Amino acid sequence: MTMRRRDFLRVSGAAALAAPALLRSVRAAETVSLYDVEKFGNARILHMTDTHAQLKPVYFREPSVNIGIGEMWGRPPHLVERAFLERYGIRPDSAEAYAFTSFEFEKYSGRFGRMGGFAHLKTLIDKLRADVGDRRALLLDGGDLWQGSGLANAMHGADMVSAANLLGIDAMTGHWEFTYGEEALRANLARFKGEFLAQNVFLTEEAAFNDAKAFDPGSGRVFKASMIKEIGGARIAVIGQAFPYVPVAHPRRFTPDWTFGIREEELQKLVDGLRGADKVDAVILLSHNGMDVDLKLAGRVTGIDVILGGHTHDAVPQPVAVSNAKGTTLVTNAGSNGKFLAVLDLDVGKGRVADARYRLLPVYSELLKPDPAMQALIDQTQQPQVAAWSEKLATSDRLLYRRGNFEGPTDDMICEALRSQLDAEIALSPGFRWGTTLIAGQSIMLEDVLAQTAISYPETYVQRLTGAQIKDVLEDVCDNLFNADPYLQQGGDMVRLEGLSYRCAPAEAIGRRISDLTLANGRALEPGKTYKIAGWASMTAQDGKPVWEVVATHLRSVGLTSAGTSTVTLSGVDGNPGFAAPS
Amino acid sequence: MTASFGPLANRRLLLKGAGLVALIGLGNAVLHAAPAFAATNDNKYPEDAFRQKNATDAIKALYGRDHEASDKIKLDAPEIAENGGVVPIAVTTTLPDVTSIAFIVAENPNALAASYKIPEGTVPAVANRLKMAKTSSVIALVESGGKLYSATKEVKVTVGGCGG
Repeated sequence: MTMRRRDFLRVSGAAALAAPALLRSVRAAETVSLYDVEKFGNARILHMTDTHAQLKPVYFREPSVNIGIGEMWGRPPHLVERAFLERYGIRPDSAEAYAFTSFEFEKYSGRFGRMGGFAHLKTLIDKLRADVGDRRALLLDGGDLWQGSGLANAMHGADMVSAANLLGIDAMTGHWEFTYGEEALRANLARFKGEFLAQNVFLTEEAAFNDAKAFDPGSGRVFKASMIKEIGGARIAVIGQAFPYVPVAHPRRFTPDWTFGIREEELQKLVDGLRGADKVDAVILLSHNGMDVDLKLAGRVTGIDVILGGHTHDAVPQPVAVSNAKGTTLVTNAGSNGKFLAVLDLDVGKGRVADARYRLLPVYSELLKPDPAMQALIDQTQQPQVAAWSEKLATSDRLLYRRGNFEGPTDDMICEALRSQLDAEIALSPGFRWGTTLIAGQSIMLEDVLAQTAISYPETYVQRLTGAQIKDVLEDVCDNLFNADPYLQQGGDMVRLEGLSYRCAPAEAIGRRISDLTLANGRALEPGKTYKIAGWASMTAQDGKPVWEVVATHLRSVGLTSAGTSTVTLSGVDGNPGFAAPS
Repeated sequence: MTASFGPLANRRLLLKGAGLVALIGLGNAVLHAAPAFAATNDNKYPEDAFRQKNATDAIKALYGRDHEASDKIKLDAPEIAENGGVVPIAVTTTLPDVTSIAFIVAENPNALAASYKIPEGTVPAVANRLKMAKTSSVIALVESGGKLYSATKEVKVTVGGCGG
């Protein structure tokens, strides 16, 4: 522990978190510890996002493949490893490099340890609030708070509402929150002490006709769109922007009465109203759009000072300043899994933000004393499941991670289990960006499998598809990732495959990205031939066993099989700063 | 959503229009809007136009003239369709003397999806739902003062899934 602390102190230089030209640079003072954030301005906004219900500290490896194409080539957030470190002036052997990138992750995981955890977050948040006085601070959560663990899934997120209340979250928006359905969502919100904000969720016409419940029946808005808080003498408006594509990315049956979308025009009207009639001094958009979508939106919608972003799980140390017709909007993205807490300090004057400072603080669990009250809540909530979910299924003989545009060892494991247990030629697994990391030598427990799979539509399926249909599916999903227009991206990664290798050219258009489809036996996939496919997380209702049962059965009986044999070969990404070749 | 939440609008929606269109009246507009009404000067059903396979041929058959893009037409459509089977599309315009409004889905098997004749004195606002086979540009055509104007937006249709 002492050694560890020295490691942190030695390497946590101030250079890593220097602000962009627009912001005043952070003073380099080695005597200032990592969490002693210099006071600035009159309003402090703390932002966390995409914690995916990780109540306890976790390992989470950032992507080594996060490709930006077209206008996004080499621009944040599409930078990985050395390109990332160089861009932000972070030393490769530092604690920051470990937090923000996948650079030599295994080596540094032993040195810097687990990150996040709500008891640790609570300690940090309380300190940062106390530093400025509680009435000068706001805590915002960007959504994906209620999903990502077996416990949260079993409790439909109720455990996370308790944690959120103890943490003191003032407002949140949502994404996976919607996948428990309206009844569970409303039950949770009845207990939630903060505000749930979403300007972009409306009743469908049929639901409005049937007098379905809405926050504002006039506009059809299902939830409150914004709130105004008086902080440090300034009136600050926070607008919620839920994930715009909930009914596209998830089964429609969870949200049959609601229609989503980016809703630029409605957003602009809202901002104009807040600035006009409501005379607010600053406007914050608490967004679950994803960073590329936020960057585009910031150039088109005027009057927003800062977009605090999430969804795409990008840990970006500095805001990106985007110019639009009436000014500049800062766009951030604050990572995932509780690894980071963003601190936005604003100097707000009459009707305008005079200056801003932003820091994305890595939450090193070993540097923070867990808050006893939160720890007690976590222990108590998890207690009923501990025995069942602590069953050791296998030992990891390698680093198991998911995050990355195309593939990762965790999904190799899941796909191999599906293919073997369901006797299929090809297995598919969705390109989720959540799912924690296991270090080589760690036990794989049922709880760990649940942390990769716990969703409200986990049923597995087996179906027959032609080669042409398979290619169409791959093209479709790939376009959701690499469409040149960010508004047509959904923010997930590419579907994972076992039993089928392919070549992908991300910069091409839909229909031309995927080629050289090759089966495990070396034969080419034939467009007219039918193949047996296994998968999970289907958009249509299925009745197979939950995927975690299939994976657990496989691990118990066969263990961790050899590394995936299927490969994705990329074309046209040479020199792309969002691509680091496997080391 | 625009002003399409009135009881009248919703009741009409449930009646479901013939063919591809379900019709929603906007505001106080009285729409003579069914395939039985042609957009051309006579009131015959534009059978030939509805039969055309691509956008160019359909526009030619319906209007027989070129169109130019206009920023006075507001076309509301989702970026990504939540259900390709019923994509809500709405058009309003500040162009004067509007006599007809039509919708083209370029990639559909038959490109012309709907055509409305707008009687004199009617607010030129139409909302309907289009069935889209796949990702396509949607073109709203507005005939105003004897000229033809347009607004275009791409609407993506996807199998979905795999959200972050």
